[in-house]
Amino acid sequence: MHSISLAHPGELIAAVFTPWIAIGIALLICFFASYLTALSWADLTFVLPATAFGNIIVAFLSRFWLHETISPSRWAGIALITLGVGFVAQGPSLTERANPAEEDSTLEEAQTR
Amino acid sequence: MTIPLPPLPLASEPHPWLAAAMIAAVVLTSTTGEVLTASAMKSVGDLDLIRARAGLKGAIRAVLACPRFFVGVFFLSLSFFSLLFALNHLTLSLVAPASASLTLVTNAVAGKIFLKENVDRRRWASALLVCIGVYLLAH
Repeated sequence: MHSISLAHPGELIAAVFTPWIAIGIALLICFFASYLTALSWADLTFVLPATAFGNIIVAFLSRFWLHETISPSRWAGIALITLGVGFVAQGPSLTERANPAEEDSTLEEAQTR
Repeated sequence: MTIPLPPLPLASEPHPWLAAAMIAAVVLTSTTGEVLTASAMKSVGDLDLIRARAGLKGAIRAVLACPRFFVGVFFLSLSFFSLLFALNHLTLSLVAPASASLTLVTNAVAGKIFLKENVDRRRWASALLVCIGVYLLAH
Protein backbone atom coordinates (compact mmCIF):
# COMPACT_ATOMS: atom_id res chain seq x y z
CA MET A 1 0.00 0.00 0.00
CA HIS A 2 1.29 3.45 -0.81
CA SER A 3 1.24 6.26 1.69
CA ILE A 4 -2.03 7.97 2.48
CA SER A 5 -2.48 11.72 2.45
CA LEU A 6 -5.34 13.93 3.56
CA ALA A 7 -5.62 15.20 -0.03
CA HIS A 8 -7.49 11.99 -0.88
CA PRO A 9 -9.84 11.24 2.05
CA GLY A 10 -11.47 8.44 0.05
CA GLU A 11 -8.28 6.39 0.35
CA LEU A 12 -8.44 6.77 4.13
CA ILE A 13 -11.93 5.24 4.17
CA ALA A 14 -10.84 2.51 1.75
CA ALA A 15 -7.93 1.71 4.11
CA VAL A 16 -10.42 0.84 6.87
CA PHE A 17 -11.61 -2.10 4.76
CA THR A 18 -8.12 -3.46 4.15
CA PRO A 19 -8.17 -6.89 5.87
CA TRP A 20 -5.29 -6.24 8.31
CA ILE A 21 -6.62 -2.82 9.33
CA ALA A 22 -10.17 -4.18 9.67
CA ILE A 23 -8.89 -6.99 11.93
CA GLY A 24 -6.91 -4.41 13.93
CA ILE A 25 -9.99 -2.22 14.42
CA ALA A 26 -12.11 -5.24 15.41
CA LEU A 27 -9.49 -6.27 17.99
CA LEU A 28 -9.30 -2.70 19.34
CA ILE A 29 -13.08 -2.73 19.82
CA CYS A 30 -12.73 -6.05 21.71
CA PHE A 31 -9.99 -4.44 23.83
CA PHE A 32 -12.15 -1.44 24.71
CA ALA A 33 -15.15 -3.64 25.59
CA SER A 34 -13.05 -5.82 27.92
CA TYR A 35 -11.35 -2.74 29.38
CA LEU A 36 -14.72 -1.14 30.20
CA THR A 37 -15.98 -4.40 31.72
CA ALA A 38 -12.86 -4.60 33.91
CA LEU A 39 -13.36 -0.98 35.00
CA SER A 40 -16.95 -1.77 35.94
CA TRP A 41 -15.82 -4.13 38.70
CA ALA A 42 -12.21 -3.15 39.48
CA ASP A 43 -10.34 0.02 40.47
CA LEU A 44 -8.62 2.16 37.84
CA THR A 45 -5.38 1.90 39.83
CA PHE A 46 -5.70 -1.89 39.52
CA VAL A 47 -6.73 -2.11 35.86
CA LEU A 48 -4.12 0.31 34.44
CA PRO A 49 -0.96 -1.42 35.73
CA ALA A 50 -2.51 -4.80 34.90
CA THR A 51 -3.20 -3.84 31.27
CA ALA A 52 0.43 -2.71 30.96
CA PHE A 53 1.09 -6.43 30.53
CA GLY A 54 0.01 -5.86 26.93
CA ASN A 55 3.33 -4.09 26.36
CA ILE A 56 5.13 -7.33 27.18
CA ILE A 57 2.97 -9.29 24.74
CA VAL A 58 3.82 -6.72 22.07
CA ALA A 59 7.53 -7.09 22.87
CA PHE A 60 7.38 -10.90 22.63
CA LEU A 61 5.32 -10.79 19.42
CA SER A 62 7.86 -8.46 17.83
CA ARG A 63 10.67 -10.74 19.04
CA PHE A 64 9.28 -14.06 17.80
CA TRP A 65 6.96 -13.01 14.97
CA LEU A 66 8.69 -9.98 13.48
CA HIS A 67 12.17 -11.20 14.56
CA GLU A 68 13.13 -7.88 16.10
CA THR A 69 15.92 -7.83 18.65
CA ILE A 70 15.19 -6.87 22.26
CA SER A 71 17.94 -4.81 23.88
CA PRO A 72 19.03 -5.50 27.49
CA SER A 73 17.30 -2.32 28.73
CA ARG A 74 14.05 -3.54 27.14
CA TRP A 75 14.45 -6.92 28.86
CA ALA A 76 14.87 -4.95 32.10
CA GLY A 77 11.65 -3.08 31.27
CA ILE A 78 9.82 -6.39 30.70
CA ALA A 79 11.08 -7.67 34.07
CA LEU A 80 9.94 -4.50 35.89
CA ILE A 81 6.45 -4.55 34.31
CA THR A 82 6.04 -8.25 35.17
CA LEU A 83 7.08 -7.49 38.75
CA GLY A 84 4.68 -4.52 38.95
CA VAL A 85 1.73 -6.47 37.54
CA GLY A 86 2.44 -9.38 39.90
CA PHE A 87 2.59 -6.89 42.76
CA VAL A 88 -0.76 -5.24 42.06
CA ALA A 89 -2.45 -8.58 41.29
CA GLN A 90 -1.59 -9.80 44.82
CA GLY A 91 -3.84 -7.14 46.34
CA PRO A 92 -7.59 -6.55 46.24
CA SER A 93 -9.00 -5.46 42.86
CA LEU A 94 -11.63 -3.16 44.31
CA THR A 95 -11.55 -0.59 47.12
CA GLU A 96 -13.86 -1.81 49.86
CA ARG A 97 -16.64 0.66 50.44
CA ALA A 98 -19.60 0.62 52.72
CA ASN A 99 -22.67 -0.25 50.66
CA PRO A 100 -24.50 3.06 49.95
CA ALA A 101 -27.81 1.44 50.90
CA GLU A 102 -26.34 0.31 54.22
CA GLU A 103 -24.89 3.77 54.75
CA ASP A 104 -28.35 5.26 54.32
CA SER A 105 -29.86 2.85 56.81
CA THR A 106 -27.15 3.55 59.38
CA LEU A 107 -27.72 7.26 58.81
CA GLU A 108 -31.45 6.81 59.42
CA GLU A 109 -30.71 4.78 62.52
CA ALA A 110 -28.46 7.55 63.77
CA GLN A 111 -31.16 10.12 63.10
CA THR A 112 -33.92 8.18 64.84
CA ARG A 113 -31.70 7.65 67.85
CA MET B 1 2.48 -5.12 4.17
CA THR B 2 4.60 -2.07 4.76
CA ILE B 3 3.54 1.50 4.45
CA PRO B 4 6.41 3.54 3.04
CA LEU B 5 6.85 6.67 5.09
CA PRO B 6 7.42 9.95 3.31
CA PRO B 7 10.76 11.56 4.15
CA LEU B 8 10.26 13.69 7.23
CA PRO B 9 11.57 17.22 7.17
CA LEU B 10 13.04 17.27 10.67
CA ALA B 11 12.32 20.75 11.87
CA SER B 12 14.43 22.32 14.56
CA GLU B 13 13.67 20.86 17.98
CA PRO B 14 11.00 22.87 19.80
CA HIS B 15 11.86 24.71 22.99
CA PRO B 16 12.07 22.28 25.96
CA TRP B 17 9.19 24.09 27.69
CA LEU B 18 7.06 23.70 24.58
CA ALA B 19 7.94 20.00 24.41
CA ALA B 20 7.03 19.62 28.09
CA ALA B 21 3.72 21.42 27.47
CA MET B 22 2.85 19.04 24.61
CA ILE B 23 3.60 15.97 26.73
CA ALA B 24 1.70 17.50 29.66
CA ALA B 25 -1.31 18.00 27.37
CA VAL B 26 -1.23 14.31 26.41
CA VAL B 27 -0.88 13.17 30.03
CA LEU B 28 -3.56 15.51 31.40
CA THR B 29 -6.21 14.74 28.77
CA SER B 30 -5.51 11.02 29.04
CA THR B 31 -5.75 11.06 32.86
CA THR B 32 -8.99 13.06 32.74
CA GLY B 33 -10.42 10.63 30.21
CA GLU B 34 -9.39 7.54 32.20
CA VAL B 35 -10.79 8.90 35.48
CA LEU B 36 -14.10 9.93 33.87
CA THR B 37 -14.45 6.59 32.06
CA ALA B 38 -13.64 4.65 35.23
CA SER B 39 -16.12 6.71 37.24
CA ALA B 40 -18.78 6.21 34.54
CA MET B 41 -18.26 2.43 34.55
CA LYS B 42 -18.51 2.35 38.35
CA SER B 43 -21.82 4.21 38.16
CA VAL B 44 -23.12 1.77 35.53
CA GLY B 45 -22.31 -1.19 37.78
CA ASP B 46 -20.84 -4.66 37.22
CA LEU B 47 -21.15 -5.23 33.45
CA ASP B 48 -20.83 -9.00 33.84
CA LEU B 49 -23.93 -9.02 36.04
CA ILE B 50 -25.82 -6.70 33.68
CA ARG B 51 -24.90 -8.94 30.75
CA ALA B 52 -26.09 -12.03 32.62
CA ARG B 53 -29.40 -10.27 33.34
CA ALA B 54 -30.07 -8.24 30.17
CA GLY B 55 -27.73 -9.76 27.57
CA LEU B 56 -25.00 -8.07 25.53
CA LYS B 57 -27.45 -5.53 24.08
CA GLY B 58 -28.60 -4.60 27.56
CA ALA B 59 -25.01 -4.12 28.69
CA ILE B 60 -24.21 -1.91 25.69
CA ARG B 61 -27.38 0.09 26.32
CA ALA B 62 -26.44 0.55 29.98
CA VAL B 63 -23.04 1.98 29.00
CA LEU B 64 -24.45 4.22 26.25
CA ALA B 65 -27.07 5.61 28.66
CA CYS B 66 -24.31 7.10 30.82
CA PRO B 67 -23.43 10.67 29.69
CA ARG B 68 -20.19 10.68 31.71
CA PHE B 69 -18.95 7.79 29.56
CA PHE B 70 -19.10 10.03 26.46
CA VAL B 71 -17.29 12.85 28.24
CA GLY B 72 -14.57 10.33 29.18
CA VAL B 73 -14.30 9.03 25.62
CA PHE B 74 -14.16 12.63 24.37
CA PHE B 75 -11.13 13.31 26.59
CA LEU B 76 -9.52 10.00 25.56
CA SER B 77 -9.85 10.96 21.90
CA LEU B 78 -8.53 14.45 22.73
CA SER B 79 -5.53 12.72 24.29
CA PHE B 80 -5.08 10.62 21.12
CA PHE B 81 -5.04 13.70 18.92
CA SER B 82 -2.71 15.62 21.23
CA LEU B 83 -0.42 12.57 21.06
CA LEU B 84 -0.48 12.78 17.26
CA PHE B 85 0.21 16.52 17.51
CA ALA B 86 3.16 15.92 19.86
CA LEU B 87 4.51 13.21 17.53
CA ASN B 88 4.34 15.71 14.71
CA HIS B 89 6.75 18.04 16.54
CA LEU B 90 8.83 15.76 18.78
CA THR B 91 10.65 12.48 18.29
CA LEU B 92 8.86 9.19 19.01
CA SER B 93 11.63 8.09 21.40
CA LEU B 94 10.80 11.05 23.65
CA VAL B 95 7.00 11.19 23.40
CA ALA B 96 6.11 7.47 23.64
CA PRO B 97 8.02 6.59 26.84
CA ALA B 98 7.33 9.93 28.55
CA SER B 99 3.57 9.97 27.97
CA ALA B 100 3.04 6.23 28.60
CA SER B 101 4.96 6.15 31.87
CA LEU B 102 3.84 9.53 33.27
CA THR B 103 0.19 8.59 32.67
CA LEU B 104 0.51 5.66 35.10
CA VAL B 105 1.70 7.91 37.93
CA THR B 106 -0.81 10.72 37.31
CA ASN B 107 -3.59 8.11 37.18
CA ALA B 108 -2.54 6.68 40.54
CA VAL B 109 -2.70 10.20 42.03
CA ALA B 110 -6.00 11.02 40.28
CA GLY B 111 -7.49 7.65 41.27
CA LYS B 112 -6.70 8.39 44.91
CA ILE B 113 -7.99 11.99 44.86
CA PHE B 114 -11.01 11.82 42.55
CA LEU B 115 -12.12 8.19 42.65
CA LYS B 116 -11.24 7.80 46.37
CA GLU B 117 -9.52 4.52 45.54
CA ASN B 118 -7.43 2.87 48.21
CA VAL B 119 -3.96 3.37 46.67
CA ASP B 120 -1.89 1.49 49.22
CA ARG B 121 1.88 0.98 49.22
CA ARG B 122 1.52 -2.05 46.97
CA ARG B 123 -0.30 -0.04 44.30
CA TRP B 124 2.18 2.86 44.51
CA ALA B 125 5.03 0.39 44.14
CA SER B 126 3.46 -1.37 41.16
CA ALA B 127 2.57 1.96 39.49
CA LEU B 128 6.22 3.03 39.84
CA LEU B 129 7.62 -0.34 38.68
CA VAL B 130 5.33 -0.43 35.63
CA CYS B 131 6.11 3.26 34.96
CA ILE B 132 9.88 2.62 34.84
CA GLY B 133 9.31 -0.63 32.91
CA VAL B 134 7.14 1.04 30.25
CA TYR B 135 9.72 3.82 29.97
CA LEU B 136 12.52 1.32 29.36
CA LEU B 137 10.41 -0.70 26.94
CA ALA B 138 9.19 2.26 24.89
CA HIS B 139 12.53 4.04 24.76
